[in-house]
Amino acid sequence: MTFDFSLPHFALFGLPTTFALDRNVLDAAYRKLQAEYHPDRFAAADDAQKRLSLQIATQVNQGYQALKSPLARARYLLQLNGVDTQEETNTAMPVDFLMQQMEWREAIGDAKAARHGDALEALAVEIAAATQTQIAELGQLLDQQQDWLAAAAAVRKLRFLEKLAEEVDDAIDVVMF
Amino acid sequence: MLLQISEPGMSAAPHQHRLAVGIDLGTTNSLVATVRSGSPVCLPDENGRALLPSVVHYAGDKTVTVGHAAQARQNQDPANTVVSVKRFMGRGLHDVADAATPYRFVDEPGMLKLQTVAGIKSPVEVSADILTTLKARAEASLGGELVGAVITVPAYFDDAQRQATKDAAMLAGINVLRLLNEPTAAAIAYGLDNAAEGTYVIYDLGGGTFDVSILELTRGVFEVRATSGDSQLGGDDFDHRLHCWILEQAGLSQLNDRDTRLLLTKARQAKETLTDHERTQITARLSDETLVDVELTAGVFQQITAHLVQKTIAPLRRALRDARLGVDDIKGVVLVGGATRMPHVRHAVAELFGREPLTNLDPDKVVALGAAMQADVLAGNKGDDDWLLLDVIPLSLGLETMGGLVEKVIPRNSTIPTARAQEFTTFKDGQTAMAVHVLQGERELVSDCRSLARFELRGIPPMVAGAARIRVTFQVDADGLLSVSAREQSTGIEASIMVKPSYGLSDDEIGRMLRESMQHAEGDMHARKLGEARVEAESILAATRAALQLDGDLLSHDERADVEAALTSTDAAIAGHDADAVRLAAEALNEATSEFAARRMDRAVSRGLSGQKINEL
Repeated sequence: MTFDFSLPHFALFGLPTTFALDRNVLDAAYRKLQAEYHPDRFAAADDAQKRLSLQIATQVNQGYQALKSPLARARYLLQLNGVDTQEETNTAMPVDFLMQQMEWREAIGDAKAARHGDALEALAVEIAAATQTQIAELGQLLDQQQDWLAAAAAVRKLRFLEKLAEEVDDAIDVVMF
Repeated sequence: MLLQISEPGMSAAPHQHRLAVGIDLGTTNSLVATVRSGSPVCLPDENGRALLPSVVHYAGDKTVTVGHAAQARQNQDPANTVVSVKRFMGRGLHDVADAATPYRFVDEPGMLKLQTVAGIKSPVEVSADILTTLKARAEASLGGELVGAVITVPAYFDDAQRQATKDAAMLAGINVLRLLNEPTAAAIAYGLDNAAEGTYVIYDLGGGTFDVSILELTRGVFEVRATSGDSQLGGDDFDHRLHCWILEQAGLSQLNDRDTRLLLTKARQAKETLTDHERTQITARLSDETLVDVELTAGVFQQITAHLVQKTIAPLRRALRDARLGVDDIKGVVLVGGATRMPHVRHAVAELFGREPLTNLDPDKVVALGAAMQADVLAGNKGDDDWLLLDVIPLSLGLETMGGLVEKVIPRNSTIPTARAQEFTTFKDGQTAMAVHVLQGERELVSDCRSLARFELRGIPPMVAGAARIRVTFQVDADGLLSVSAREQSTGIEASIMVKPSYGLSDDEIGRMLRESMQHAEGDMHARKLGEARVEAESILAATRAALQLDGDLLSHDERADVEAALTSTDAAIAGHDADAVRLAAEALNEATSEFAARRMDRAVSRGLSGQKINEL
C-alpha cells in the first residue's frame, strides 16, 4: 500500500481541478479510498500500520470535506491559487446585495414574530434559489474567467447566504417545533 | 512524501475463525449475538429465550440471580432487585435524584452505588453480572473462549458512561473490540440483511434513551450522515406517565416502594397489551388490601403520552437538517427498540415520512445482530461480503477564544477519523503563554458548553499583539478519542494533550444543551456580538492610551480633552450590555483620534528621515 500525502485533494479523488464537479464521481472515489485505508481494515494489523491508516483516513476525510460543499470547494480552489477569501476581514459588499440581505432579514424577523411558518418556508425556498444562482456565478468566475478576486468576493456573498439560510431554518424550528 | 507499508493482513498469521460476539447491553433487556457461516444470529439461553432481562437480584447469602429469575423476585424484593441499571452507569447521585426508585443509593465521587443485602454494589458491578451471564451463554453455545466483543451504547452516551461500560466488560473478563452506537449497529444489521441502498433513518426508542441516525448505504459502505437524540426519553417514561394516570384514576397519592414497583409493572404490561388490543383492564391489590381496578383504552393511552411521541420529532428534524436532507430523500425508516412497538409511535413516524416504517427485523434483536457483524470484522474474520462503517462525532468540538466565546473547530456530525487545525494569535503585547481550553457543545458561550480539557502553551517569544501564529490541531481517531496540540509557528514550541472524554457530557446535559441551543440562538447571537464589540473596543482603547503616553504632546489642551471624553464614554459602553453602543463608542473614539493619528504618522516619518529607528516608536 502506498499513499502520497502531498497530493492535492482533487488529484486524490481523481478529479480535475475545477469548481464544476461530478458529485457521484467524488462520492464513489471517497468510498473506495475509505474502503481501502480505514482503520477498521487494519484492526488486526500492527501499531505502525494502524497509525498510518489513521493518518490516511484522516487525510481522505479532510479532502472530502474540502470538496463536497461548493463553498468549501471554492475556498480550497482559491487557496490553491494563493488567494485569501478574507471572509473575516473584508465586509465590503455591493449596496444592492446588502439591501437584499436586510430585506430578507427583516422578512424573517417579521414572519418569526408573527409565527408564520409558511412565510418562512417560502423565504427558505427564495434564499435557496439565490444560493444556487450565486453558486453558478462562482463557477463562472472560477472555471471560465479565472477571476480570483471576483471569485473571492462571490465566496463572501455565498457565506452571507448560507448564514441567512441557517437563520431561516432556526426560525422554522422555533415557530413550527 | 511517499510511504510504503505492507498489504493489510500480511503480517497477521493465517488464522482460523475467531470467536467474537456483539452484545446489546440494554436498559430493559440484553442480548448476545454472533456471526455463524456469514449470518448473524442471537444466542438463546437453555430455554430458547434470546432476551435476557437486564435485572439482577442480590440475596443475603450472596447468591446473584440474573434475568428472568431475578425479574420474578422484583415485586417481592424491590430494594435488592436492580432493574434499568443502565440509567445509573457513570452517573452521580445528583444525576438521578429525581428518579422514583426503590433503591438505597450511596453517594460516591464519580458514580453512585447501591446498597443491597449482599453489600454495596456499583452499577459497573451490576452490569458486569449481566455481561458475565451473556459471556457464559456465548462460550457454552460457541464451544470456546471469546477473543472479544463489540458492546453497543446509545449514540449520546458520554465518556463516563462509555468508560463505565468498558469497566463492566473488563470485570466480566470480556475484551472490548469497540463500543458501537446502537442506531448504527441496527443500520448495519438491517442494511446487510436487505442489501439496502440509499438513505435510511434509524429511529431508536429504547427503554431509557432516544437516538436518531441518518445513514447512507452504498455498496457495502455505511456512512453515518447525522445523529441526534434525546437521552432522557424512552419506554420507561411511557410507563411512568401511565403509572401517574393510574394513581389519578384510583384516587391514590403516595405509595410505598413495593406498591410503586407493582403498579409500574402493571403499567408496562398494560402498555404492551395495547400493542395489539384496543383496551385493557389494570388490576392490582396493594399491600394495604386496596384494590386498583381501572380500564385503559388505546385512545386514552395515546392521548396521555402524545407529548412524549412529539418529543422525538425535534431531534429527527435536526438530524435531517445536519445531513442537508429532506423527508423526500429518505428511502426508509427503520424502527429499533421495544418502545417502537407502540402503534401511535409508528403512526407518528409514518405520518412524518409519508410511508410505513420498516419493521421486518425484530426491533429487540437488530442492535445485537449489527454488533455481532462489526465484532466479526474487528476480530479479523474478513468475509467475502466486504463492508465498512464510517461513523461521526455527535457533538461539536471547539476552543475558548476572547470574551468567553467558543470557536468551533470540528463541527458535530463530522466523519471520523478527522483532524482540523485553526490559527490563533496573542491578544496582548509581549504575551508569552496561551491557555488552550477544549470544549464540547453547540452553544456560543464557554459557560454553556462542556469543558473537556485545559492546557497551556508556554515559551511564546514576546511579540506585539497579533504577531504570534499559534496553530491548534484537533485529531479524532476512529474510536472517537480526541487529542489536541498547539504549536507556535515561528519557534516550533509545542504543547499537547490527549483528551479522553471525547463524549464527556452527561446525556441529560446534552439533551438540555441541544434544547437550549435552539431556544437561545438569538441570545447567543447577541452575546457573541457584544463579546466581539468589546474585544474590538478594548484594543482601540489600549492603542489610544499608549499613543497618548508617547505622543500626547501633539494635541492641544482642548483636543486632548475631546479624546479623553471619547475614552471615558467607550469605557462606559464596554461596561454596559449593548453591543451597538459599544460599537458606536469605539467608532466615535476612532473619529476623535483620526487627526491625532495623522500627526503621529507625520512625526514618525520625519523621525525616520532624521535617522531614528521606526520600531522604537
